[in-house]
Amino acid sequence: MNTTSATDSHATEHGLSTIGYVRIALILAAITGLEVSTYYVDFGRLFLPALLIMMVIKFVMVVSYFMHLKFDNKVFSWLFYTGLFLAVGVYCAALATFKFFG
Amino acid sequence: MAIIERPVSLEVQPLIVVAPATPSSAMGAVKRPVVTKGWRQWVFTVDHKKLGLMYMATAMFFFLVGGIEAVLIRLQLALPDGKILNADLYNQMFTMHATTMVFLFVMPMAAGFANYFIPLQIGARDVAFPRINAFGFWALLFGGLFINLSWFLGGAADGGWFMYAPNSGPIFSPSHGVDFWTFGLQIAGIASLTGAINLIVTVLNMRAPGMKLMRMPIFTWMILVVQFLLAFAVPVITVALFLLSFQRNFGATFFDVAAGADPLLWQHLFWIFGHPEVYILILPSFGIISEVLPVFSRKPLFGYPFVVFSGAAIGFVGWGVWAHHMFASGLGPVSVAVFSISTMAIAVPTGVKIVNWTLTLWGGKLWFTTAMKFSIGLIVLFTIGGLSGVTHAVAPSDTQQTDTYYIVAHFHYVLFGGAVLGLFSGFYYWWPKMFGKMLNEKLGTWNFWFMVVGMNLTFGPMHILGLQGQPRRMYQWTENRAGEGFFNLGFWNLIASIGSLVLVVGVFLFLVNIYITARNGKVAPLDPWGARSLEWMTSNPPKEHNFDSIPTVHHLDEFFHRKYAEDANGQMQQVATAEQVLKQLEDNADAHIHMPSPSYWPIILAFGLPVTCLGLIYSIPLAIFGGLIILMGTFGWALEPSTAPDSDFDPPSSGDTSKDVVHVG
Amino acid sequence: MWFTLDNLATAHDTHEGAAHSSTGLSNVKLGMWLFLGTECLLFGGLISTYMLYRGRVGTGPRPSQVFDIPFTSVSSFVLLMSSLTMVLAVSAAHKRDDRSTNLWLVITALLGTTFVGGQVYEFTAFYNEGMGFSTSLFSSSFFVLTGFHGVHVTVGIIMLLALRGMLKNNKVPGSRSETVEMIGLYWHFVDIVWIIIFTLIYLIPA
Ligand code: HEM
Ligand SMILES: [Cu+2]
Repeated sequence: MNTTSATDSHATEHGLSTIGYVRIALILAAITGLEVSTYYVDFGRLFLPALLIMMVIKFVMVVSYFMHLKFDNKVFSWLFYTGLFLAVGVYCAALATFKFFG
Repeated sequence: MAIIERPVSLEVQPLIVVAPATPSSAMGAVKRPVVTKGWRQWVFTVDHKKLGLMYMATAMFFFLVGGIEAVLIRLQLALPDGKILNADLYNQMFTMHATTMVFLFVMPMAAGFANYFIPLQIGARDVAFPRINAFGFWALLFGGLFINLSWFLGGAADGGWFMYAPNSGPIFSPSHGVDFWTFGLQIAGIASLTGAINLIVTVLNMRAPGMKLMRMPIFTWMILVVQFLLAFAVPVITVALFLLSFQRNFGATFFDVAAGADPLLWQHLFWIFGHPEVYILILPSFGIISEVLPVFSRKPLFGYPFVVFSGAAIGFVGWGVWAHHMFASGLGPVSVAVFSISTMAIAVPTGVKIVNWTLTLWGGKLWFTTAMKFSIGLIVLFTIGGLSGVTHAVAPSDTQQTDTYYIVAHFHYVLFGGAVLGLFSGFYYWWPKMFGKMLNEKLGTWNFWFMVVGMNLTFGPMHILGLQGQPRRMYQWTENRAGEGFFNLGFWNLIASIGSLVLVVGVFLFLVNIYITARNGKVAPLDPWGARSLEWMTSNPPKEHNFDSIPTVHHLDEFFHRKYAEDANGQMQQVATAEQVLKQLEDNADAHIHMPSPSYWPIILAFGLPVTCLGLIYSIPLAIFGGLIILMGTFGWALEPSTAPDSDFDPPSSGDTSKDVVHVG
Repeated sequence: MWFTLDNLATAHDTHEGAAHSSTGLSNVKLGMWLFLGTECLLFGGLISTYMLYRGRVGTGPRPSQVFDIPFTSVSSFVLLMSSLTMVLAVSAAHKRDDRSTNLWLVITALLGTTFVGGQVYEFTAFYNEGMGFSTSLFSSSFFVLTGFHGVHVTVGIIMLLALRGMLKNNKVPGSRSETVEMIGLYWHFVDIVWIIIFTLIYLIPA
């Protein structure tokens, strides 16, 4: 009993079990397949949003599960996402000013 | 330099001894350095206080370099048709002046203060990654020297400190100056980035027990904000600098309009970095005076949480205003309007700070030491600079002012009147802490007045010059276009030049003061100012391990609260002297203290950087050689435990519970 | 850490490697995450440069003329899977299973090498199709962006192999599992950057 609870807490601290990781990898692979299919199949108006959403899902999945951010202390998420959102914010704004410029 | 002499300390006989490490091999081949005497104790040190002093000495050196450049500029412009510099040299002079002052003086000086005082203020014995700390210093030093090497190798950079295209391109800048500038800043950038990561982790993670975030001294807070700005701003300029070196060395055309490029790309990247950079320059000084003002007003900082949050707010909003540097570049009306408004918004948190400082002074028992004078000087002069800054936020008025001396006036009021005076306040305030001796107050007062008068004489007239239309970066002016009467450009140019000489005297007095103090300065008492924060709870200069036992913190201004307590009438009464407070820590000294061990690798690794860059400019084999140095340094580093193993200590320490293996710094 | 921090902890966390510190977290890990946060701004700048210039091809080829989507899809997939092997290495290291750790590290390095090899092949192919580094704004910004990423992967491979060597010779100073974890974080980061590059640069036509 003692041992089980120890391993349990271990699992939450360090993320998933091997099976869990493989499952995540399969989902990622499937999404990648879907992404690549946009090259062959015409998605029409959905093309751009679909690709972007899939990209974000993959990104978040790797960060949350493979990099354990989901299970780790919030400080880590905080540090990383600050950088990420700052980057998205300033660079999108800068690119936007090129549009107004035209 | 006097900065690295340590006068005898006053410390009460230490009750504990830091076990000295004896050399053992780190990589199987090389023994690790453990020398505590001579030059090697500096070159291989990882001690945050030594590194702090080295940062400061380096910064001081570059301050003099940048100052000489400034004086040459002013001598050239003192009289019509100046002949001291030719146009090309003039361009190099103002570019290098600004680069030196910004990247090699103010930033490293702030880094020096931060290194020295952050661990002390949060009650730690060193930073989180001592070797990275040493690496950062050496990279900064080598980067700075590297940039200035260009003076001797065909001419320095000459495109202005923001190096706009096409001035940065080979047509307008054929020498290698810009290459040296690009690579040198890249190296200094690595130093800033590693330093930022180190200090942030230090502040987050190494605080003494009870030192909650909202109990941290305000200097620590401001430095924390600055390090976040650095951490996120430096990579942006890294990108810009990489693009520029690819353009200059490998045939890319990122900023070449003829090839269809958009020159605004550089401007955006530069200023996305550049605006946070101006807060990187000013916030450390804000932190310093927020320490100094309460101490010499004999009351706590007014509205501590407001000062903290306005500092954080400045740091945050500072990311959304960069394009105010580009109003005249044809950004388009929407962008101009947006950035104009965001810029005005940022004046609010800045104003909050000024109000808080003023209210700290209000009703206090003011003690006009030199440190206090510099702090009050900052409030006044920075406010003037801040007001002219608001006039640039109004885009139509900025269109008139941009690229005139009005801008030069503005940023020197904030940089010299703000950042530099704050740093000087810090020198006078913390000198006894760092060296155990008091800087001479009388000379300090002269130092202060010469600098303040000199600074106003130099930069005040530039407002007039600028509004009259004298362009910035103009290498000569002629009598026949100088105008009449009060607005005669010649008169004001002369005044500005005389002012710069007054400034020189002011700075010179400071150097004299250092010299006199080192020779026969007054030995500092333990608590010369009646200070409030933890860095004063150790000897002057601090012991190598800072604190004999780590204090537990119960209050903001912990040191003050250990000395004073409220009596029955709610009056603060002294209950203990500083000596008693210190004695208490010493009596509870920790049995074993392991300090991080010196290392060869930081300096070796850092040295690889300029070698590589020199190779990239002149010959690829040299670059490969530099790369090998870097590789070797990295491996040596990775294989070396950051603390010598227990068996290395003399006498071998008993491996008690205090050991903790996780430290890959 | 190298000195008595016992009494320093304000929050207690017995997590391995998270010894006594104000937050109870490990210095190295905090530093690593912060570093990755800063890297976002680095790659963000390079990606933005590419986005601005991707249509400016001058007389050179357009993106859609040179990109080989099936090929890049495969190499992207390889890199993605290397994240799985990396995470398995980390989890083996936490279980102190040295053999599996070593094995997964090597496999990760091999997958990474495959990716870099693919990139070298791709660059050569582009070059032969008339797209040199300085051919156009598009080509320069493409090569700088993907080249930077490639350098990151290469550094990662070197770290993986060095780590394996150090583990084998018992030369890792500090906590082994944490060192593996840190290199893992770096590796995954390189992977997520590629997730973005693959979509924005390859799949969305200019
Ligand atoms: C020692 C006293 C100083 C004097 C006499 C001085 C003088 C000058 C002058 C005359 C210029 C204008 C050059 C021109 O436009 O042709 C200038 C530019 C500049 N100075 Fe100073 N300065 C001093 C200190 C500082 C400090 C402490 C800083 C920053 C921390 C600084 C930052 C700059 C910058 C950023 C420029 C703009 C250069 C450019 O246009 O690219 N200066 N300085
Ligand atoms: Cu600005």
